[in-house]
Amino acid sequence: MAVGLPENIFITKLDAAANWARSNSMWPMPFATACCGIELMATAASRHDLARFGAEVMRFSPRQCDLLIVAGRVVMKMLPVLQRIWLQMPEPKWCISMGACACSGGVFDTYAVVQGVDRFIPVDMYVPGCPPRPEQLLAAVIEMQAKVRRTGTVMGREFTIRDTPDGPTPFDQDERYRIQDANLIQLGGFSAAATGKGLQGRSNRG
Amino acid sequence: MVELSVLQSRFGAGITESVFRDNRRIDVSSGSVFEILSGLKAEFGFSMLIDLTAVDWLEYEGATDRFSVVYLLLNMDTGERLIVRTAVNLPDPCLPSVYSLWRGADWMEREVFDMFGISFTGHPDLRRLLMPEEFDAYPLRKDYPLKGRGERHNFPVITRSGS
Repeated sequence: MAVGLPENIFITKLDAAANWARSNSMWPMPFATACCGIELMATAASRHDLARFGAEVMRFSPRQCDLLIVAGRVVMKMLPVLQRIWLQMPEPKWCISMGACACSGGVFDTYAVVQGVDRFIPVDMYVPGCPPRPEQLLAAVIEMQAKVRRTGTVMGREFTIRDTPDGPTPFDQDERYRIQDANLIQLGGFSAAATGKGLQGRSNRG
Repeated sequence: MVELSVLQSRFGAGITESVFRDNRRIDVSSGSVFEILSGLKAEFGFSMLIDLTAVDWLEYEGATDRFSVVYLLLNMDTGERLIVRTAVNLPDPCLPSVYSLWRGADWMEREVFDMFGISFTGHPDLRRLLMPEEFDAYPLRKDYPLKGRGERHNFPVITRSGS
C-alpha cells in the first residue's frame, strides 16, 4: 500500500472501477419470443436465481437496460422492432444471443425467419442449445461479466473499434441465386412460368 | 340434403359433384361462383361461411387449373355442409368478393390474397394480412422457394460503433 494514504482509500484505474460497477449490475432486457424465453424466466426464478450475479432486474423498457438477451427466433416482421430496441438502449450495452434460433435461425430455415440476429445487430455472446438450460445462460452471464472486466473501458473505446458487422452478410450465396431466378422469371426468361404451368424439371433451389 | 339435380336445374348444368370421405364438393365455374354462392345462401339456407381458402395445383398430377378457391358452407338449420370449389388461373387470378354475403370473408379473402395472390374484386380493404406490406411475393405458391428470395433482407446492418 502506498504510504501516506488514510484508511479505506484504494488506488485503482477508472476503467477498472467502471467495469467493476457495470459487470456486477447488468440489467437485462428480455427479448423473449419463444421457448428460450421460458428458460430465461427459469433462470431468473428462485431455483437458478440470476440475482446472485446482479442481473435480476429485468426491465421491460430498453431505456433502462444494458444487456439485451435475444431469446428465441426472430421473424422478419419483428426485426425492425428488435433493431429499434437495441438502438434505444443507452450506452454501455451488450447483447447475448440465446439459443439456436437467435444464433442461426435454428430449424426455422424459411423465408420468414432471420437466420441469426447477428446479421443485423451486434452480438457479444452466443449461447448454444435448443433451448439452453438455465445453467448455460448463467454461464453466459458470468462470461459476459468476465468480458466486461477484461475489455471494458470507461469511455467505451472497445465499442467504437467494432465498426464492421459482427455476423455474416444478410444474403447467403444461395439466396442470391434465388433472387437471380426471380429476376429471370420477371424478365420472361422462363416463359412457361408466366402461364403457371411451367417449372417442371427445373430444380427450385432451396 | 340438397340434391345435385336441384342445384343443376337452378344454377345450370355446369355444376359437377364429387365426394371424398363424406365431404360433398361441387365444382363451379369462376364466372358463376358469386351467383351460385348468393343463391345457396338465400334459397338453400347456407347461412354461414366456415372457411375460404385456396389450393395451388402446380405440378399436381392430372390438374388442369393452377389454383382452386374453396368455400366451406354450413346450413345452420339442418347442419348440412357443402364445399364449393372454383378454379382460377394466372396471369390474373381474380374472383368476385363474397364480403357482401358473409362479413366473415373479410380476413379470409385477405389471407388468400396475401398467400396466393388471388385478388377479390369488390373487397372493401384488400391488403396483406400476415406478411408485411412491402413484401412482394406470395409464399404459399408452389413455385415460391421455401427459403424465400430475400424479400425482407434489406434492413440496415447495425454495427456496434454505429449504435
